[in-house]
Amino acid sequence: MNRTSIYAGIFVAIAAVLGAVLSPYDTGLLTQMLIYGIFAMSLDLLLGYTGMPSLGHAAYFGLSGYAAAILTLKLGWGFALAAPAGLLVAVVAAALFHLLALRTAHSYYLMITLAFSQVLWSVAVSWTELTGGDNGLPGVKRPDLGAWLPWSFATTRGFFYFVLIIFVVAAFALYIFVKSPFGYALRGIRDNEMRMRALGYNVWAYKFTVAMVSAFFAGLAGELYMYLNSFISPSSLSVTVSAQVLMMILVGSVGTLFGPVLGAGIFVLLQYVLSTYTDRWLFVIGLIYVGVALYAPEGAFGLIRDRMRTKRSARP
Amino acid sequence: MNEMGVNPLVVSHLSRNFGGVRAIDDVSLELKPGERRAIIGTNGAGKTTLFNVVNGQIPPSSGEIHIFGQNATKRPLHARAALGLGRTFQITSLFRSLTVIDNMIIAVQALHPCHFVFWRRAQRYRDVTARAEALLEKWNLADRRNELVKNLSYGTQRQLEIVMALAGEPRLLLLDEPMAGLSAAETHLATDIIVNLDRDITVLLIEHDLAAAFSIADSITAMDQGRIVAEGTPDEIRKESSLQKIYARGGATNS
Repeated sequence: MNRTSIYAGIFVAIAAVLGAVLSPYDTGLLTQMLIYGIFAMSLDLLLGYTGMPSLGHAAYFGLSGYAAAILTLKLGWGFALAAPAGLLVAVVAAALFHLLALRTAHSYYLMITLAFSQVLWSVAVSWTELTGGDNGLPGVKRPDLGAWLPWSFATTRGFFYFVLIIFVVAAFALYIFVKSPFGYALRGIRDNEMRMRALGYNVWAYKFTVAMVSAFFAGLAGELYMYLNSFISPSSLSVTVSAQVLMMILVGSVGTLFGPVLGAGIFVLLQYVLSTYTDRWLFVIGLIYVGVALYAPEGAFGLIRDRMRTKRSARP
Repeated sequence: MNEMGVNPLVVSHLSRNFGGVRAIDDVSLELKPGERRAIIGTNGAGKTTLFNVVNGQIPPSSGEIHIFGQNATKRPLHARAALGLGRTFQITSLFRSLTVIDNMIIAVQALHPCHFVFWRRAQRYRDVTARAEALLEKWNLADRRNELVKNLSYGTQRQLEIVMALAGEPRLLLLDEPMAGLSAAETHLATDIIVNLDRDITVLLIEHDLAAAFSIADSITAMDQGRIVAEGTPDEIRKESSLQKIYARGGATNS
């Protein structure tokens, strides 16, 4: 057993115990943390590992949630069909969009991703017959897996354990992904794209593929979020959500998997605590972010990691 | 794979314009297997443009490039590595935030069948990691294995720059000013590396340091204003009087 799998085991054990002892409301918050954790990890594949700064990642989050909701409500599809179809929509959208978007890089990529998500947002607002407009789509029942899982998702606790299982599987898949030859290539692209091409890497194909993988996991998070609330609205596609997930990564630690999860946890917690005091909680989170950027540019996880490294090397 | 007699690089009537400027003008060049060829010339002679066109970074305006008998004129940059072409950069181009060994692994796996695998860990490909370690061992970088590249001295970075280009087992190696910015001692070390390269590898290099160029190369091509003005062995080039005029005109900056 290496250190990573021990930490992962402790993390899952704590989450499982918390899910059993916390109040339903707090369990709901914990569920949100895990969902945003998947979402933030998916964006870090682009931002932290490949160096593609996306400011429109809510596009896949919302699109997939909307697709699953619409297929369920309007066409009467069951969970087993609607959920995978929703993911497929996000992946196909990412593929089509990146045929165009990969002509850009750096801040231009940031702008074109923002534009893409804003287009989807305005479609969700204005195509009332399909999306319910500003009112969104309420009433998508949580899935009932019947014989597959021995507990109901109707309760907050039951749904939490479902999300925890999905989270563990997603985190494990992403862990293998970033440690794979493909993952090494992404870090090479982030550091020096020209050298990668000279070495014989088809950089375009890597970026195209990672965009689809990232959209898959963002879509997964978006669907879970939709099922958690049994509701989806245009705000799930908004630039606010895109900026929030970006901030989770930056606060947590860029270029790692655990950092974004930690950032998502901190973010949900802060949002909960601050919003009981003020409606301007985003403003306070903005200030905290400025503090992080100035004093801990490596993020919260970066700080912890550095401290542990110094401790370990200081040991006689 | 060893096509004896096929010239590693044949460049014919190559030109490249930048707006109204002919950066290279009707350049033809042939490299024999195992040859070490240096391209010399003053700033603006077209050396780097020629390199970038051969490498595939910029397309030519006209003319053709054949690498090991294959027409590479229209091949994208990354596909030329598969033909056996490797290169180093004048401005050190490494993966600065990664360790030395990770840089080597990325370089070694580039042409390995596993390079697009995302469902298995890279460590599982023992042949890739073993080869990366062996290259570091061979070129005396093994003790720097776990250091971040950005923390290496400039001289060591230049050394890694060359070793990384060798990872893909290129049979034609383009070296863009390998001695740029090196101290005298480091220049000596780099010269040793290049001179000791396997004779299966054909080398084309640009070098400002004429002494180094003459000690490495067994043939020299001199360029001026985008054209080839002289070609021959180091001895023949030394005697070429037209070159002395060019270098005199170019000033002392290129000594």
